[in-house]
Amino acid sequence: MSATRIDARGLSCPQPVVLTSRAIEGGAESLEVLVDNEVSKENVLRLAKRHKMQASVRPEGPDIVIEIKK
Amino acid sequence: MGNPFASRAGIIVVGVAIGIMATLLQYFGNPPNMGICVACMERDIAGALGLHRAAVVQYLRPEIIGFVIGAFLAALLAKEYRPRGGSAPLVRFFLGVFAMIGALVFLGCPWRALLRLAGGDWNALTGLAGLATGIGVGVAFLKSGYSLGRAQPQKAASGILFPVFMAGLFLLLVFRVTFAEGGPLFFSQKGPGSQFAPVWMSLGAGVLVGAIAQRSRFCTMGALRDVILLKDFHLMSGVAGLLVAAFAMNLILGQFKPGFAGQPIAHTDHLWNFLGMALAGLAFALAGGCPGRQLFLSGEGDLDAGIFALGMIVGAGVSHNFAMASSPAGAAAFGPAGVIVGFVFCLAVGFTMREKA
Repeated sequence: MSATRIDARGLSCPQPVVLTSRAIEGGAESLEVLVDNEVSKENVLRLAKRHKMQASVRPEGPDIVIEIKK
Repeated sequence: MGNPFASRAGIIVVGVAIGIMATLLQYFGNPPNMGICVACMERDIAGALGLHRAAVVQYLRPEIIGFVIGAFLAALLAKEYRPRGGSAPLVRFFLGVFAMIGALVFLGCPWRALLRLAGGDWNALTGLAGLATGIGVGVAFLKSGYSLGRAQPQKAASGILFPVFMAGLFLLLVFRVTFAEGGPLFFSQKGPGSQFAPVWMSLGAGVLVGAIAQRSRFCTMGALRDVILLKDFHLMSGVAGLLVAAFAMNLILGQFKPGFAGQPIAHTDHLWNFLGMALAGLAFALAGGCPGRQLFLSGEGDLDAGIFALGMIVGAGVSHNFAMASSPAGAAAFGPAGVIVGFVFCLAVGFTMREKA
């Protein structure tokens, strides 16, 4: 199953979280969120934790990918 | 890696530290219930520069300068300095203008609303209720896809501009240049603008607050927004820390004076306290941060936040020049009109600025 990918680069707080939250509530079980700063990363990780989903982080060029799974 | 300030304990420590420093700044000379007030202090800077001529609120507040410099240094050290911009700058400028007009109808930014409450000024309650309402409207826009669009990475040097601008203001403060007979620069001889803590204390506290707030992402608007939007109490725990610490310190320092009437630099016009802060809250929510947070962001290279902060400084000039800023007597002649125009602008922004699906 391919993961839903959300490009949240350049979006200001809280839009990365809103987009991720919408995807999770829409039933996505596996998604990748692409962000370009630490604050968005922290916020998306906190959201994943609240949804009790597993999250891992890896760099992708200058950006950060957060993988979130049920 | 890891950022201790990003934890729940971290944000609470930062809130408590801000509450303690704000009340101490008041103790050492800043105006009552105004140990720190981003809106009021930017307004004082606008006055010192001659952007308005309200003689009682003119001073180059070192706290504001420190906020930006502290956040800049903290971001550099943490490798988070990242120049970016280009997300609807002109819209953000006017959001800043109207945020300031709203804040000066209430007489304070969210930080001062909390400090006023912690000092026993119950008028802050209507202001905070208005703030939450305005942010609630902003949240509704965010839920329905509101976005000012993406920021783009900018040249490395561009992010230094705002901190350098602030450093320049500090030089003006140190040398007190008189550009013409009678000013500018202007420095209040009486009133709130003439009340200030020692310069180095103000600057030091400002730098420290700027640094820890940059690390912790402390934001009062974000606190309310995250509770309404996400049921996330992370930032709110920092705000609670600020409120409790400031309240305790005010008791210790003898600065707690409960009541509605006769509160310092405040009025009891509840309707306009509410609506002024509602406008400010909506503008902050649409711009993505309270006035303090916008300064910290501008320190770490967010050019759009810098534009918002400049909008607030210009907005202070507009507010005082066009009789919109309240006084202890109540709302001013054109304050209500300014708030209504501000709502029209913010609602238009909220309804028309959408992300492409």
